[in-house]
Amino acid sequence: MSAERIATDVPARADIVVIGGGPAGLAAATEAARRGAAVVLLDEQPALGGQVYRAVEANRARGKTLDADYAEGGRLVDAFRASGALAIHEASVWLVEPDGTVGFSRAGAATLMKAERVIVATGAVERAMPIPGWTLPGVMTVGAAQILLKTAGLVPQGRVWIAGSGPLLRLYAVQALAAGGQLAGIIDTTPPGNRRAALRHMGGAMGALGELRKGLAWTQAIRQAGVPWITGAHDLRAEADDDGALGTISFTADGARRSEPADTLLLHNGVVPNVQITRALDIEHDWNQTQRAFRPRCDAWGSTSVPAVMIAGDGAGIVGAAASAIAGRLAALESLRALGRLDQAARDDAAAPLRRALARALAIRPFLDALFAPSPEYLVPAGETIVCRCEEVTASALRQAVSLGCLGPNQLKSFTRCGMGPCQGRICGLTVAEVIASARGASVADVGYYRLRFPIKPLTLGELAAVHAPADPTAPR
Amino acid sequence: MSDTSRDKVTEAGVAVIGGGMVGSALAYGLAKRGANVVLLDEGDIAYRAARGNFGLVWTQSKGDGMPAYAAWSLASAAAWPDFAEAMASAAGRSIGYEQRGGLVFCVGDAERDQRAAQLRRLHNQRDDAAPVATMLDRKALHDLMPRTPLGPQVVAASYAPGDGHVNPLYLLRGLHAAIRRHGGRHAPGAAVTQIVPTGGGFTLTRADGAMLRADRIVIAAGVATTRLAAMVDIAAPVRPQRGQIMVTERLAPLLPLPASALRQSAEGSVMIGVSVEEVGLDTGTTVKELARMAARALTVLPVLAEARMTRAWGALRPMTPDGFPAYAQSSTYPGAFVATCHSGVTLAAIHAEALAPAILAGRLPDGFEPFHPRRFDVRTAA
Amino acid sequence: MFARPHSDTPHLTITVDGQPVGAREGDSVAAALLAAGVVAMRSTPVSQSKRGPYCMMGVCFDCLMIIDGVPSRQACMVSVRDGMRIERQRGPRPLEVDTEDSP
Repeated sequence: MSAERIATDVPARADIVVIGGGPAGLAAATEAARRGAAVVLLDEQPALGGQVYRAVEANRARGKTLDADYAEGGRLVDAFRASGALAIHEASVWLVEPDGTVGFSRAGAATLMKAERVIVATGAVERAMPIPGWTLPGVMTVGAAQILLKTAGLVPQGRVWIAGSGPLLRLYAVQALAAGGQLAGIIDTTPPGNRRAALRHMGGAMGALGELRKGLAWTQAIRQAGVPWITGAHDLRAEADDDGALGTISFTADGARRSEPADTLLLHNGVVPNVQITRALDIEHDWNQTQRAFRPRCDAWGSTSVPAVMIAGDGAGIVGAAASAIAGRLAALESLRALGRLDQAARDDAAAPLRRALARALAIRPFLDALFAPSPEYLVPAGETIVCRCEEVTASALRQAVSLGCLGPNQLKSFTRCGMGPCQGRICGLTVAEVIASARGASVADVGYYRLRFPIKPLTLGELAAVHAPADPTAPR
Repeated sequence: MSDTSRDKVTEAGVAVIGGGMVGSALAYGLAKRGANVVLLDEGDIAYRAARGNFGLVWTQSKGDGMPAYAAWSLASAAAWPDFAEAMASAAGRSIGYEQRGGLVFCVGDAERDQRAAQLRRLHNQRDDAAPVATMLDRKALHDLMPRTPLGPQVVAASYAPGDGHVNPLYLLRGLHAAIRRHGGRHAPGAAVTQIVPTGGGFTLTRADGAMLRADRIVIAAGVATTRLAAMVDIAAPVRPQRGQIMVTERLAPLLPLPASALRQSAEGSVMIGVSVEEVGLDTGTTVKELARMAARALTVLPVLAEARMTRAWGALRPMTPDGFPAYAQSSTYPGAFVATCHSGVTLAAIHAEALAPAILAGRLPDGFEPFHPRRFDVRTAA
Repeated sequence: MFARPHSDTPHLTITVDGQPVGAREGDSVAAALLAAGVVAMRSTPVSQSKRGPYCMMGVCFDCLMIIDGVPSRQACMVSVRDGMRIERQRGPRPLEVDTEDSP
């Protein structure tokens, strides 16, 4: 428990600490640093880009650009590199205090850094898609497969099935096929009624014709490649082979039960804001019924009830990469104003064109939200389906705890250990709230969410103890 | 069955206010003996000391300055094995109870000497036989736990063979299930805001506006006890005292016996406690305090440095001014009882098996005078 | 299953439970193993059931492995280095316990 647990090569203070190296974080850091602020960007990954632009620089160097949208990430990274902001990679943030103190670990060394402002740009995570057998090795998310494609150039091969709903599912299929991958089929769980609901938002989406065309082109490309596309599927299950890994999938479509051999099953059920930091700060969260997710309460700049903390990008509600980058710049402008680096008029002048661009980027959102509204079947799993992957707690165990008087996720956690494992409720949080709400006949908004606490990410006791007294951490009180 | 807004209890023989460790154990003991019981619990977010409990069933160190409390704790520990069996049966699963002895580690000679002196004091205030705890030197500790790699600064520990530990969350779950099994009712989301003595009984108003009439009431509401007890003319000073606790990922077996502020649960996670802070109703955590606790734990077990901590929380102990339990029946309004303590796990067995029958009989047990909160009354004490 | 395009020949070597596996610079440990056909990477401390990577972005903690002797590391978050020693983590993680401790 010696000095190596305290990092020495990072500054102890910064004007602005940005957490997350995706579009919102890159744009926020760039905007603030260009205008003279001392900015540190903390990112968990080994390279800039976040999930949407994962490994964008490495791929560009290899001459691999997936598509024009992905190439945009390269421009964001270039601008960041030229801005003077400092990026710290492989930094696992485990603390954000209301006063702007940020604690993180890197290679086993813990650091506390003090910022005047913290911009949380931790983006989105994929919504859980709990089906029977989803914990088997070989069942992954579509996002996971896309990360494999971007970071390691891996393409799907053999009997790889995709199941679920959402734009990412289509985008990945197109990217994987273009890279030479094989897909056994796509099992589309989008509820058939969504299409009609989405048409009501068509008017707004016309402002984003390019986006609409892109979606249609994806669908066309998948069909042209001859990949079977099964719609209206339900009761999807993954079953184990003799080795305890995925061997078969089964589902019901067109009234018939089908069973197919499978090496890999890729699930996708949309994306939701990553709320671990904003929850730990006790910022109020509001339930968004359309996106079926909680999002932290913030104003149009990203300011929250905690003055030193702002939010930008998908973490404040799903908006997509282009809108996230704009939101990052807006949060940076307001941070600079709060720090006295920019007067209000200058902030508003700089923000005006950004707000117009943001409105354009958001035009398609109501259409997408309606078209890909998640199927209730995969929001509220039945029977012995595991909900909490870490502690292996099933949906029926949760329902039993509700019948014993658990009104919300926090009591339920203590009755069942649900959400107590290393992922700290990241995967099961929304499913737990949905299951309780459905069992109680209450709204998810009333049921609420886990109260999250320090640490935001697990850290070793050695790292934690070193923060206490680097000189002599073994001294008793 | 569960009480919801659609299905409200309006009459009860005994209403127990507070669904934590004390209230639940009493409601179980009452229901088991045939009382018509309703347990009035709060909602999902409450100042639940029961949820933040460290889970020790502990007798060593208890009652320094109040022999009655030491005896009461020992009696409860003795009742625990049978009680644990009943709880496991009700919960339908193990509640992680083990009674293989407990330790208080001493880091350095000064701690060892202090601890030994305290044990002597505790022993001297009891007139009966065997000491509750003895001191073990490092060699004896090693013989007791040969595979536990204690840090070099650990020179000794006190050891009480009758001490043990339990998963407090499964205990609470077992209590709630057992209350139902014996015909009692559990009403979650039913915080009580007002108590009005009426015609030999009591009318309770819930936060949601619903009313309940009960012949008898037990106030076991943790940090809310003072306010509610005043409504039946009992002065029961209780303040919140924060204890922070953290817990690691599940680890392979490492520490076979529970220790004060350090225990490995049946699931494998190591719990590290526990701070003592006067911060009002703040259930937050502080890195400073947790880092200090981690450093202390690493002194005892240096290999824990590589273990990842996954959760931390602050819980509020309901503390009386002297730290001992307070039990009383209102002399103005007989039938109204108060029960509060911060050792609800250790005392759960005796609360269910001795205090509950006394409440049912309408009279606190003999020898309970030292527990009456009038000991805090400055007018009588002066 | 996943495959690398033929142009991408691995040039680093890591070991998994003692068996050599090729990897490419920039791979995470989890990606390198998946490319080599290794899908199950640990068993759970709760039921000893097998698990593999699920999210690949540090969220799910299902790819915990013993990497260069350090248990419970997220294989999707650690970049490969030549010669890295990877072991599957079975059940609850061990600590580096020195049983030679003497009183």
